[in-house]
Amino acid sequence: MTSAQWLLVLTWVGVTLYALLGGADFGGGFWDMLAGGARRGFAQRRLIEHSIGPVWEANHVWLIFVLVMFWTCFPRVFASVASTLYIPLTLIAFGIIARGAAFAFRKASTELWQLRLFGGAFALSSILTPFFLGTVAGGVASGRVPPGLARGDLLTSWWNPTSVLAGLVAVGSTAYLAAVYLTGDARRGGDTGLAEAFRHRALVTAVVTGAIVLGGIVVLRDDAPRLYAGLTGRALPLVAVSGFAGIVSLVLLLLRHYTTARLAAGLAVAAVLWGWAAAQYPLLLPPDVTVTRAAADPPVLHATLASVVVGMVLLVPSLLWLFALFQRTPKR
Amino acid sequence: MFAAATPADLTAARAQMALSLGWHIILACFGVGMPALTVFAEWRGLRTGNEDYVRLARQWARAMGVLFAVGAVSGTILSFEMGLLWPGLMATYGQVIGLPFALEGFAFFIEAIFLGIYLYAWDRLSPHRHVLTGLPVCVAGVASAFFVVAANAWMNQPRGFDLVNGAVTRVRPWRALFNPAMPWQVVHMVLAAFMVTGFGIASVYAAGMLRGRRDRYHRIGLLLPFIVAAVVTPVQIVVGDTLARFLATRQPAKLAAIEGLNHTGSHRPISVGGLYLGGRIRYALRIPDGLSLLVGYRPGAVVQGLDRVPPADRPPINPVHLSFQAMVAIGFGLLALSAWLALSWWRRRDLPRSRWFLWFCAVAGVASVVALEAGWVTTEVGRQPWIVWHHQRTADAVNPAPGLWAGLVAVLVVYTVLTVAIAYVLNRLRSRPVGAPQEGWAEEYEP
Repeated sequence: MTSAQWLLVLTWVGVTLYALLGGADFGGGFWDMLAGGARRGFAQRRLIEHSIGPVWEANHVWLIFVLVMFWTCFPRVFASVASTLYIPLTLIAFGIIARGAAFAFRKASTELWQLRLFGGAFALSSILTPFFLGTVAGGVASGRVPPGLARGDLLTSWWNPTSVLAGLVAVGSTAYLAAVYLTGDARRGGDTGLAEAFRHRALVTAVVTGAIVLGGIVVLRDDAPRLYAGLTGRALPLVAVSGFAGIVSLVLLLLRHYTTARLAAGLAVAAVLWGWAAAQYPLLLPPDVTVTRAAADPPVLHATLASVVVGMVLLVPSLLWLFALFQRTPKR
Repeated sequence: MFAAATPADLTAARAQMALSLGWHIILACFGVGMPALTVFAEWRGLRTGNEDYVRLARQWARAMGVLFAVGAVSGTILSFEMGLLWPGLMATYGQVIGLPFALEGFAFFIEAIFLGIYLYAWDRLSPHRHVLTGLPVCVAGVASAFFVVAANAWMNQPRGFDLVNGAVTRVRPWRALFNPAMPWQVVHMVLAAFMVTGFGIASVYAAGMLRGRRDRYHRIGLLLPFIVAAVVTPVQIVVGDTLARFLATRQPAKLAAIEGLNHTGSHRPISVGGLYLGGRIRYALRIPDGLSLLVGYRPGAVVQGLDRVPPADRPPINPVHLSFQAMVAIGFGLLALSAWLALSWWRRRDLPRSRWFLWFCAVAGVASVVALEAGWVTTEVGRQPWIVWHHQRTADAVNPAPGLWAGLVAVLVVYTVLTVAIAYVLNRLRSRPVGAPQEGWAEEYEP
């Protein structure tokens, strides 16, 4: 493998981790939105607060990692995507700032009106941000971003059947991941009633998201035939893995095996991302911008690869400690 | 090359970038300086058993939690805007400045991970281990500043690539990172961060003391951050002076704009105050030979003026000149305030008795932020019309998509709301009894 290919793989690992970790934090906002009135939703919102509080900032950094990797290693692709998909990316940026700021402000609040205001902003932006992230993915995957600065259609590049489908799948997946994770967190916290509530939600979300994905097959066949051919051709094994893992996670939820259900749910989402990558490879911007054509100068790739490897040595143990620390019940 | 859809779009893109950067830079400064102060206070509290240090550490940790969270997301906006507003820069030079940003990404990762642990694990770790988890936050904060400012320094002194027919080849990313402007710009920025944090926090407790709260808690809350900032201030003035001398040889157009200097030559005066009107500085206090003395230590030293710069390549003079003046004036004001405390401490081991001292301390926080912004305007506007000095014009880097002004309007609204909200939340944190930093509404609110 070339340096460019290694870096692409590492960047895609970053995308996957952002989807599995950062995505679940967005999903937390989704369930915060649907938790109900202040009294009824209190326990759910408290669980969400405690689950994502210590980790969301670290999870969020995966997005910055992905952005920086793209602009360093594939600068023209980054510039083409950013300039054409200017509108959804701006909305994502606003969603990110509203989500993070409102979550931090809510933590420091005590009065009901503040909790409602900041909580509402947190929840709404947690739903809109993954939707627009999905539309960006759909725009790229359906080949609507040509190389060059703002060469694509500023509106239809992200407001099209594939993009809307990807946006809905993104929202559904984040909600599903969050519900599965929160089920386990609730049980570890000793609250069986809460665990049951989130288990129920996870089951419903899985069915709804699964239905969207199945219906999406028709959409892709008409709207993005090249992507459809890739997904049903070379990427078919990964698509199958995703479907299988999704069903397994459902069964595990029914059997109340929450830890393994987490792994299966994560695998189902990760396999979608890698399936997309496999379907599209070696194109970064369909139809003709390949990894080799888009890659930066070799010395840049070598220096970045070396930095990422050294950085991971510091990063991975720290990250594991962070998660281990907050997946334990605190000593009182 | 590319061009903005309309000149108004270019102006809007510049204003949007200036607003979001100018906003983020304040939070970034607290991200660099505040962990060190907080960890130090916590450690002192542990060592001495002094409850006031513990209370301060907890209070600062809570404020830091809010500031860091908002800083993390407002920093993310900037990495989006690099592509959304300046795709021409990223397409051509993204790979040259990518390395410092990639490294910054890792520094930021470490900072976010250990800040999560530091803020949320007060009751999960032993006190000594908890203090230790704060140290990576301090180191990573300074490292982040180092990498980001290195990338900005590269825009002033682009190095580490060859241009063949307008295309970038033979990139040497480490040379780009270690460009000549990097060392002084980085030191200047990191020291500025400690000044803003120190004077900023001290000003809160000075305001409290003016309202009559003269207990030990408020005294320590004023003194500890103030002393850090006061020690840094004279060093900062020397570093700033060195940076200006660096400009005289490496980026003379910026120095000429700072001084409003038209003609190249020896025996150049320095202009204190004044405005650049009708092609020259008016209403200024002129010190004969001053600029030549500062730049070359002798009256005969030659200083380059604007006459060596083609008119199309000159930065706007007044914003650069005035903001530089404001920064230097505030810097010396803060130095005088620091000297006042030093004198009083040397004589009587106490704060100055005068209420004026507290008044000035209460203003010093805002003043240091103004100086920070003024310094940022000096370096950024002073580089114009270039986004990459002598290589790419800002007008050629902007996104050619129409309607960028709408983004500016939205950013204005979002940042106005955020400013109001953050001021409100911090003010409430200040006036509430100090709880444990990991606790929030979920512990305090009763449904």
